[in-house]
Amino acid sequence: MLNFVFPAPLAKLVTQLPVAPPSRVFSMLANRLLWPALKTLDWQPLVGRRYAIRVKDLGFSLRFTVTQHGFAPIRGAPDLTISATARDFLLLLSRREDPDTLFFSRRLVSEGDTELGLTIKNLLDALDPESVLHHLPKPLADAAQRLMGA
Amino acid sequence: MPLDLICPAGSLVSLKAAIDYGADAVYMGFRDNTNARAFPGLNFDEAQAAEGLRYAHDRGRRVLLALNTYPQPDSWSRWTGAVDRAAKLGMDAVILADAGLMRYAVKQHPQLRLHLSVQGSATSYEAVNLYREHFGIQRAVLPRVLSLPQVENVVRHTDVEIELFGFGGLCVMVEGRCLLSSYCTGESPNSAGVCSPPKAVQWTDTPAGLESRLNGVLLDRYGKNEKAGYPTLCKGRFEVGGETYYAIEEPTSLNTLDLLPEMLKIGIAAIKIEGRQRSPAYVTQVTKVWRAAIDAVKKNADSFKPTPAWQAELNKLSEGQSHTLGAYHRPWK
Repeated sequence: MLNFVFPAPLAKLVTQLPVAPPSRVFSMLANRLLWPALKTLDWQPLVGRRYAIRVKDLGFSLRFTVTQHGFAPIRGAPDLTISATARDFLLLLSRREDPDTLFFSRRLVSEGDTELGLTIKNLLDALDPESVLHHLPKPLADAAQRLMGA
Repeated sequence: MPLDLICPAGSLVSLKAAIDYGADAVYMGFRDNTNARAFPGLNFDEAQAAEGLRYAHDRGRRVLLALNTYPQPDSWSRWTGAVDRAAKLGMDAVILADAGLMRYAVKQHPQLRLHLSVQGSATSYEAVNLYREHFGIQRAVLPRVLSLPQVENVVRHTDVEIELFGFGGLCVMVEGRCLLSSYCTGESPNSAGVCSPPKAVQWTDTPAGLESRLNGVLLDRYGKNEKAGYPTLCKGRFEVGGETYYAIEEPTSLNTLDLLPEMLKIGIAAIKIEGRQRSPAYVTQVTKVWRAAIDAVKKNADSFKPTPAWQAELNKLSEGQSHTLGAYHRPWK
């Protein structure tokens, strides 16, 4: 089991940030690090829709949309909101937990357009993790591999 | 070999995980409503199916294709086209429910191996043998309504291999005949390929609890610490006679690890794991446990006992509050 708790002082600092900067930072980092691997997927049904990832324990939301060229921050009401703790998001990202498992145990909540949520889940499930690791800078790829291993 | 492990694959990543962790075969569907897990973004296009077949065959495993919904007259060619593609790709078997489609497959592709889907609802050896006589089916997946002695009776009176569900979500068990969701959505599971079309599903977190609705109809409201289930009409809680409860079926998962020695003794050909809609993490976890369990029972059936670690791992993955032996175990029978 992944033993990950977000350090409290850091969490406190993050919760004090307004919504916009985390969303902007997220989009920027995701475009730099993940988009080279993600752009091979069929994003057509997801382009232009509005998403929010709510990290419950850190008290912030990442709001963004998807364009032909990557992620872009947004403001306003999303079509789909996915909520979980930072630890559970990491478990999902590292493929250590199945989203349905977290959903049954109420650790993952999806609100809004259910079909959109399922489409994203299935799109990301079909992504070969090797292709993502391959595009990451080496220290990050090593860290991700450690997270997925164990 | 008896007790082959058949694992679900909703994507190439899941297929590879199932093969890597010891499935003898995987089952998949094409990207449309010709199979009963027709979710957006799930399943295989032709190129992915070909790659999956290559991956499995290189490792001496098999791939089965679920074509287990019922064709409608205006879209008959979609289903026959899927049979043709399966034959062209070299699928090790197709899992069919519709007799008309079986007839088509036998005529057009006599070399293609046919399995009778659970959706075919054959519960007696007479029914299984009828499919054998007419269409030469090699295997039948039995609906989850029979007790083990009843299963044994089927096995004893047929040459057809018998496959049983071993683990995963349960349904109200009118497989192949369920129309329930069409009362809410106008779409029945057996033609649309899903029980609850995602476009009709709505989740809302309210002060009273997490609510699921199907096309506006309230299915359930989960209290703070209650485990949630899939948003299907059969597993909702309804007010009946002044009481609110699971009026049709409680959401539980089937888990038959305890029954493996008996299944081996009866001569069950294969154990099927439910869950093509689940993610690669589920496929990995469930395949690991079932591979270990089947290996253990084959080594020594008399001393076989599921380990608490296996049960804990499977419980964690389950829908609903608990797991059950389903209809297989009926002490009163």
